[in-house]
Amino acid sequence: MTNQPQLVMQAKGLVKRYGQVTALDGADFELRAGEILAVIGDNGAGKSSLIKCLSGATIPDEGQILLDGRMIHFKSPMDARKSGIETVYQDLAVAPAMTIAENLFMGRELLRPGWLGKFLRLLDKQKMLEESISRMNDLKVGIRSMTQPVETLSGGQRQCVAVARAAAFAQHVVIMDEPTAALGVKEGNMVLELIRRVRDKGLPVVLISHNMPHVFEVADRIHIARLGKRVAVVNPKHISMSETVAVMTGAMLADALPEKAHA
Amino acid sequence: MRGSLQTLALTSHADDMNTSTLPSIAKLGPFIALLLACAFFATQNERFLTLQNFSLILQQIMVVGVIAIGQTLIILTAGIDLSCGMVMALGGIVMTKFAADYGLSAPVAIACGMAVTMLFGLLNGLLVTRIKLPSFIVTLGTLNIAFAITQLYSQSQTVTEIPAGMTFLGTTFMLGNTSIGYGVLLMLALYLATWLWLRETAPGRHIYAVGNSPEATRLTGIPTDRVLLGVYVLAGLFYGIAALLSVARTGAGDPNAGQTENLDAITAVVLGGTSLFGGRGMLLGTLIGAVIVGVFRNGLTLMGVSSVYQVLATGILVILAVATDQMSRKGVR
Repeated sequence: MTNQPQLVMQAKGLVKRYGQVTALDGADFELRAGEILAVIGDNGAGKSSLIKCLSGATIPDEGQILLDGRMIHFKSPMDARKSGIETVYQDLAVAPAMTIAENLFMGRELLRPGWLGKFLRLLDKQKMLEESISRMNDLKVGIRSMTQPVETLSGGQRQCVAVARAAAFAQHVVIMDEPTAALGVKEGNMVLELIRRVRDKGLPVVLISHNMPHVFEVADRIHIARLGKRVAVVNPKHISMSETVAVMTGAMLADALPEKAHA
Repeated sequence: MRGSLQTLALTSHADDMNTSTLPSIAKLGPFIALLLACAFFATQNERFLTLQNFSLILQQIMVVGVIAIGQTLIILTAGIDLSCGMVMALGGIVMTKFAADYGLSAPVAIACGMAVTMLFGLLNGLLVTRIKLPSFIVTLGTLNIAFAITQLYSQSQTVTEIPAGMTFLGTTFMLGNTSIGYGVLLMLALYLATWLWLRETAPGRHIYAVGNSPEATRLTGIPTDRVLLGVYVLAGLFYGIAALLSVARTGAGDPNAGQTENLDAITAVVLGGTSLFGGRGMLLGTLIGAVIVGVFRNGLTLMGVSSVYQVLATGILVILAVATDQMSRKGVR
């Protein structure tokens, strides 16, 4: 990593209150270009509130969010999507009886050129099929036929479709909320591998996960949330899993970590 | 790093699944059932298997057939419309009474009737999307409301003074020795157009998507409530067209129309293989389902079986169809 890493996304002093509860209490966040940043934290640490602010699902009470150095104010997840931020949700967000190609382009269908597309909203099925194949090939997802219904796929493959969709349309950032939580070991590894490929294609990934082995396997840096703040950002190569968990739960202070553990 | 090991991992599962055969047989199910029914009735009465009789069956089912298009759209979104037949009856009464009482020309009166059926669709849709009521309950309510308004407005009297322009679709022309109904041609054209629309356009696919997984669809940015609302209004339009066909066929505005069609439309959709759980089905299956209902009615009538047994047969058919749907779903899973 260079001395001055380029920041793709940044948040400063985010505050979010729900009535009496302060979910975010001045949280900072930094996502660098080309990295997988894992966000971990105990329940109530403000991890999901942070992600909701970044993906446009909630509006922070205070604080700033910057995308490529410019201030942004998302009012809905659609705003975030328009700014090139795609989110993959934990529960497989695909329509089971529809084909892989249809799922990839759902809500962003390619229409025929001219009046056929404009007025009749006629689909360009051939082009969508070709694009699906090329996008899945880009990510080396070897699904034989794009016209098979998603329900014929395993859980991991379905999640791969959701990840591929996000990667295909994200211009800036892919946020993944517990993408492997519902999956078995083998399937989980398949999705992790795909997440790595998304990063290798140049898209930074924010990975929210409870699964420490998964986090340590793919993350370049780990953002530890605790009590509504960011308490540390650590380098998984220079910190153990148990130290990380200790910081996350408050059993160990972030200051007590060795210098090189910070990232 | 570990990438090379897993590059091919994705292919294994997809490859050993034989995905193409099972659904295609399931799709042919309604058609096979229709052929079996025809074969049976052909052995019972020699008049059954004639072109003229089939043309008659199509004329008998054209009203329920067009209602069933709207019903299919709603069932594809995992909803149901119990009010379809009653809304159609109201549309027919409005058309005929507006023409008879106010002297409106046929096109204007027809447009008024269709506007009323679409308003009922809008009402159903708003209650489903805004207040989040289950469509079953909403349409159970509007079923009774539409029936009551029909009876009150018509004073339970049949409207017989209707302009000639309203009965055109009930007339036929000769093609060889067979009489073909104009209304039947309209029904077939509507099926073809709607089927293509569902298959080939973005709004059509969104209807399937909403029925399949409303949450996943919403997350991709499709305005699911607007899709649903549109479906209910569109269904109302089909009920309005069916109302016109009903008026044309009977030559009168009948306040008691639509009572068999109400459930027959749902029967046709289910027989045609559209899943009541939404998101799966083919519109052309509904046409076959409607024909199956018509074939049973017609065949049993030709056999001289009393109409009570026809109702019995329809009941058994529906349960068989839904059971097949359930079991094939388990098979796919």
